[in-house]
Amino acid sequence: MTLFDGPVSFLQVSAYVGFGGVTIAICAAFVRVVVGPSMPDRVLALDLIGLLSVSLIGLYAIASGESLFLDAAIALALISFLGTVAFSRFIEWRGEEPDA
Amino acid sequence: MLEGVIEIVAGVLILAGAFFVLVSALGLLRLPDLFMRMHAATKAGTLGAGLVLFAAALFFGELAVSIKAAVVFLFLLLTAPVAAHVLGRAAYYAGVTLWDRTMLDELRGKYDESTDEHDGPGAGSPAPSDR
Repeated sequence: MTLFDGPVSFLQVSAYVGFGGVTIAICAAFVRVVVGPSMPDRVLALDLIGLLSVSLIGLYAIASGESLFLDAAIALALISFLGTVAFSRFIEWRGEEPDA
Repeated sequence: MLEGVIEIVAGVLILAGAFFVLVSALGLLRLPDLFMRMHAATKAGTLGAGLVLFAAALFFGELAVSIKAAVVFLFLLLTAPVAAHVLGRAAYYAGVTLWDRTMLDELRGKYDESTDEHDGPGAGSPAPSDR
């Protein structure tokens, strides 16, 4: 039995509130990806979206009762970190901001 | 009895995690320059994700799952400062503008573009030609 089809409980309500909060946070971070204004801002926002996705996966693991989703969280955290470091090396290599 | 307590504690942890995650996104959206945004995103975001993962570890109550959640949190705790430092360094050297009300930029003028060295405290002895 998962939290989705179970009886109404405090944990179920807080899981739904958590889903809503993390979703709003991802939308806010995406606004920062779109408006910039500089490249490092966008990279930072993408890094935060990766972190938020990890917490979304953790929430979904609780709500569905399936602990295997946490393996996906490990992989996602690793890829997000590597992506941020690669982007930072690229920014440093490129030098001055062309459109700061 | 114990299951009810664990459910309530897990629910409170989820709510706290969602709150901190929201705070980090709000900071990312509202703070005036990149370095302040970095301050919000890295710390509050890591704390929020860690609280949610801790709730998952409590909820399942198995050793294997708890270790998995702890590994994810430990990994976040190790990588978030490294990523923030690398990104902040790259952004500073790429010339990202600071907030116009920033009072102090201690690195300004102490950084040599050609040699990638700075001459602040702890930068080692000056070159022989300086003496």
